[in-house]
Amino acid sequence: MSIGLEHYLILSGILFSIGLYGALAKRNAIAILMSIEIMLTAASIAMIAFSRYVVPLLLTGQIFVIFIMVVAAAETAVGLAIIISIYRKRETVDATEIDLMKM
Amino acid sequence: MGIQIAFWILAIVGVVAALAVVLLRDIFRAALALILCFLIVAGIYVTLNADFLAAMQVLIYVGAISVLIILAIMLTRDIQRGSPSNKLRIPAFVVAILFLGVVVFTMTNTAWQVASVSPQEPTVPVLATKLFGEDGFILPVEIVPLLLLAAVLGAIVLVREK
Repeated sequence: MSIGLEHYLILSGILFSIGLYGALAKRNAIAILMSIEIMLTAASIAMIAFSRYVVPLLLTGQIFVIFIMVVAAAETAVGLAIIISIYRKRETVDATEIDLMKM
Repeated sequence: MGIQIAFWILAIVGVVAALAVVLLRDIFRAALALILCFLIVAGIYVTLNADFLAAMQVLIYVGAISVLIILAIMLTRDIQRGSPSNKLRIPAFVVAILFLGVVVFTMTNTAWQVASVSPQEPTVPVLATKLFGEDGFILPVEIVPLLLLAAVLGAIVLVREK
């Protein structure tokens, strides 16, 4: 059986679900950020698979992936800066204990 | 044939690495599994004829983002507590499985219009023309440095000592 578009899409779906589970179920804020990275990567795989199989000559999906990478890098930098500054003030990175804005 | 074997090996190792990221209790080992997952994804890009993006994946994710994450783990490490799950573990699992089911169902039941043309190779000239050429993505390319500048300034302001 040759590898087709569906294989890559299902792989991307599996990775996205794993990241979704991690983002919802983890306590550590850095672990949540890592799960979000997995989700972004899964989206990139789907983009490149569509670009490779549906419009092989245009490569528009690969352009989108370049922008996804930029946004992911910016998101990681700002997210980790927020986590480190919270850790300085409250000595914890547990997302269930960071409830300053809860009513 | 080689591509098929490579895809299956990469897919299985990648899914196992991603599971390790969310299931391991030691957050540092989870970060190492995340690096493996990023490398595997670079390999998957190679099987999809995306050579430039595979190189970028290794440079940006394996090189830069992993270092940032490991640095943050070192700065905020909670050795006794590890990385446990919260109270939402079972609902989160159910949500993830439901999402996976819906996605797989949709993807296998859609008739994708797969083109029979062989893919572009190498991709770098085409990508450059698309990014910087006429009628391309020049406006997003101009906006992206602004976003990066804002992110860098924001990160510096957030972690600066008062």
